[in-house]
Amino acid sequence: MSNAQIEIQLIASLVAIACAIPGTFLVLRKMAMISDAISHSILPGIVVGFFITQDLNSPLLILLAALTGVITVVLVEYIQKTGLVKEDTAIGLVFPVLFSIGVLMIAKKANDVHLDIDAVLVGELALAPFDRLLISGVDVGPKSLWVIGSILIITIVLLLAFFKELKLSTFDKGLAASLGFSPVIIHYGLMTVSSITTVGAFDAVGAILVVALMIAPAATAYLLTTDLKKMLIFSIVFGIFSAISGYWLAHGLDASIAGSISTVLGLLFLLVYLFAPNKGVIAVLYREKQQRIEVSLLTFLLHLKNHDEENERHVNHLNEHINWQKVRSKTVLELALKNNMIVINHKIVSLTSKGDEFTTKAIDYIITNEDAQIEDMKDDFFLFRG
Amino acid sequence: MDIQDYFSLVFTDYTLRTITLGTAILGAVTGMLGSFAVLRKQSLLGDAISHAALPGIAISFLITGAKDSNTLLLGALVSGLIGTFWIRGIVTKTHLKSDTALGLILSLFFGFGMLLLTFIQKQPNANQAGLDKYLFGQAATLVESDVWMMAIVTGICLFVLLLFWKEFKILLFDKDYAKTLGFNTKAIDILITSFIVLAIVLGLQTVGVVLMSAMLLAPAAAARQWTNSLATMVFLAAIFGAFSGVFGTAISASQNNLSTGPVIVLVAAVFVLISFIFSPSRGLLFKQIRFIKNRRDLELHKTLAFMYNIAETHDDISHPHEIKILNSFQGYTKGTLKKLVEKDYVTLKGSTWSLTDEGFKSALNLYNQLTRNDE
Amino acid sequence: MSNKIAVKIDDLTVAYNYKPVLWDIDLEIPEGVLMAIVGPNGAGKSTLIKSVLGILKPIAGSVSIYGKSYDKQRSLVAYVPQKGSVDWDFPTTALDVVTMGTYGSLGWIKRPRQKQKKAALEALEKVGMLPFKSRQISQLSGGQQQRIFLARALVQDASIYFMDEPFQGVDATTEIAIINILKELRKSGKTVIVVHHDLQTVPEYFDWVTFLNVKKIATGPVKDIFNDDNLTKTYGINYKVSIQE
Repeated sequence: MSNAQIEIQLIASLVAIACAIPGTFLVLRKMAMISDAISHSILPGIVVGFFITQDLNSPLLILLAALTGVITVVLVEYIQKTGLVKEDTAIGLVFPVLFSIGVLMIAKKANDVHLDIDAVLVGELALAPFDRLLISGVDVGPKSLWVIGSILIITIVLLLAFFKELKLSTFDKGLAASLGFSPVIIHYGLMTVSSITTVGAFDAVGAILVVALMIAPAATAYLLTTDLKKMLIFSIVFGIFSAISGYWLAHGLDASIAGSISTVLGLLFLLVYLFAPNKGVIAVLYREKQQRIEVSLLTFLLHLKNHDEENERHVNHLNEHINWQKVRSKTVLELALKNNMIVINHKIVSLTSKGDEFTTKAIDYIITNEDAQIEDMKDDFFLFRG
Repeated sequence: MDIQDYFSLVFTDYTLRTITLGTAILGAVTGMLGSFAVLRKQSLLGDAISHAALPGIAISFLITGAKDSNTLLLGALVSGLIGTFWIRGIVTKTHLKSDTALGLILSLFFGFGMLLLTFIQKQPNANQAGLDKYLFGQAATLVESDVWMMAIVTGICLFVLLLFWKEFKILLFDKDYAKTLGFNTKAIDILITSFIVLAIVLGLQTVGVVLMSAMLLAPAAAARQWTNSLATMVFLAAIFGAFSGVFGTAISASQNNLSTGPVIVLVAAVFVLISFIFSPSRGLLFKQIRFIKNRRDLELHKTLAFMYNIAETHDDISHPHEIKILNSFQGYTKGTLKKLVEKDYVTLKGSTWSLTDEGFKSALNLYNQLTRNDE
Repeated sequence: MSNKIAVKIDDLTVAYNYKPVLWDIDLEIPEGVLMAIVGPNGAGKSTLIKSVLGILKPIAGSVSIYGKSYDKQRSLVAYVPQKGSVDWDFPTTALDVVTMGTYGSLGWIKRPRQKQKKAALEALEKVGMLPFKSRQISQLSGGQQQRIFLARALVQDASIYFMDEPFQGVDATTEIAIINILKELRKSGKTVIVVHHDLQTVPEYFDWVTFLNVKKIATGPVKDIFNDDNLTKTYGINYKVSIQE
């Protein structure tokens, strides 16, 4: 591995971490699309900043562009407040307009500006190591490394300092406000950090892939855990993993690094989406099938408890009155028998004492809105699950 | 070429005419269908779909090696639909919310598309030049067959829209109710969504994946401000969309280096801005004017009510009172007094004022209204 | 009130996310009653009428309207959803919304014509909203919006009316206007089923009541069964304290 290769991977990893942290909160606060809006609308800020500073890595440019990001958020919120259009329409209107302005500015000044439109969308990570930071003539590494490194340090410091406040205002806005943490300050603080990170990462990975790096690791992590700390750690790990393996994929295919990183992110998400132990689609489908049978069982048991009449408790009644298909009725009956909940005498079904106890408890829980207890109870009563 | 030349050439020059017709039709159809997207609160779905279409374009190029736009758009359609269904899958099967699902699909599909595009660009001998146009759109690459394609799709779309107008309307307004009336809401739903996806895919060549969603939203958002009728809204959105297309193309064609997509979006944004500010019933300007006027009226009414309370204490309502008394009332200014005199509610005599009959009546009216509102 | 059964519900069980919200409901609603469905929040009141109307799919049980399945008897049933269930900023007028009540009888594709429009205007008249027929629906007060919804159901000219909280967020005048219309419907032999919150008004407004809390607690004439015993069973032990508030 050459020096440049190591540096590219280092920059990509730092970008991934810097994006994963605010990204986690954006996903939890249901503001993922705001990050999309910010990443597009900072473009005019970057272009104007570039006209002024002539340096893509200048701190002034980063601040100017981040300001555009915050303005976007304010503008979206203003339009939402007028009530002229629905919330999501406001987002959908603001960012294409600002982005278009940025694209046209670049197009008009194409000759004087070393910005090109493809780079705007996917960045130029491969070129990052060539722009060196020289301090009194000594080469201390690529500029982007320093830029994203500083942003990352600030982000981490802010995260550690305001972790409690962020956590509280994310999960319980009302409580946070009553405890004196202004949700507004936290909100705009988060927006500012997201904007600055987006600008810092923009140059490396481009507008749309910043969004991938912010949302995908966090969303993937959210399918594996609901614990905030674990979620942060998982998203950082996913981010770094995709950054490094994405780099090698791009190397192999001779294609865009940023495109490869988000492809890896996509594959990672697909894997977790399908196979996550509790929240993956396969687990969900399996559980749904199990629950469907178990809830049918509950229904059936309650029906038995409610009715003494023999005709209501006849095996055939299951099909005729409860409106179930033959297969379903059979499965339910079998499950009930296996668990010793019922006995069948001359095709008349009766509850056993265990079945009776189970049903009584279950309905108590449901009426008192303690549904969660039913799952525990199932563990106690069931010998076989559905 | 400047804009004037453009408009003089539009009717004679074959290429210009094709392009202009194409963008006009596109603007009309996206405006029309965009109205539905906006009213269904699916504004951002368009954004996700258009981004998700990119890998489809690249893959169908890789497979067929052809640059024929209809083949590429077929790929876009398939990949856009996959994106749409995956978004639905994420929202229904996991606890991730729709904004996360949209952002995920949008960025991941687009990233994958960019990977493929850069991969294609590096291929030797690849006839790849031109795939870039799908990023920001290049109206100049439209040919007659593309325009025919657009016209046919728009025609079908218009026909279906008119045929199922009633069903679309009731689904958009009250889905559950539509269900109880016996309409197959799922079928109507799929019909609308497919047409929206189709419109997006049609526009990719002209406006590009990045900005396509604005074409869907902007004309509809602008049209909504001018009318309270769904039919008029859809019609206006089509008009706004068509004009954005034509003006955008005109500006883009008359300047060097301007991609069509961003220009059309900016023209559409101007329509939105004007509508937001100047719409008579909903616009911000008139809302502000009404607000100021209401505040003035309120001050006037308060002063009148204050005077009424004083006048009431006398049997004779026109009994004169010192103007000085009014100074203790906060809302009182010389201006309000003058206005009351102009309205013949009050007469002035030296340093005293007295209520007229009319003033007393309207104050009484006001008083009754206020107490009724309190109930 | 006749002896005919308008709505018959058998062993109906409905679950959200595989948690039962309605459990083995058996219910017979006689023709010609004005019935309240009462119960605490989350008792499944709205769920009950939504599953009768086929908006929700039950996991067990069946519903019949005058002895036949709902699909066959659709034209006999009208529905007034909760006011909050739609977007009132939708670009449409009061008359337009009421005309939607005729869509069911029109079926697919056919457009409403003069006859349908006339029916809609009559319904608007009945609820006292004729002067507001061209008003955009967002410019109506909560009570007026509710009346529009009622008018839309009246246009359906059904035999059975299901209403989800028609008195929620309406002014006193509207409440009286609505209940008078409902009583008129009953007088002409229609059956009206209302999800209702305000227990105080049950004896005054309704002649039939169903107590619901996941299970059916009781159903019957208000004068026979609207008592502390059933209220306590439905609302739990603290019921008496809460009604005194």
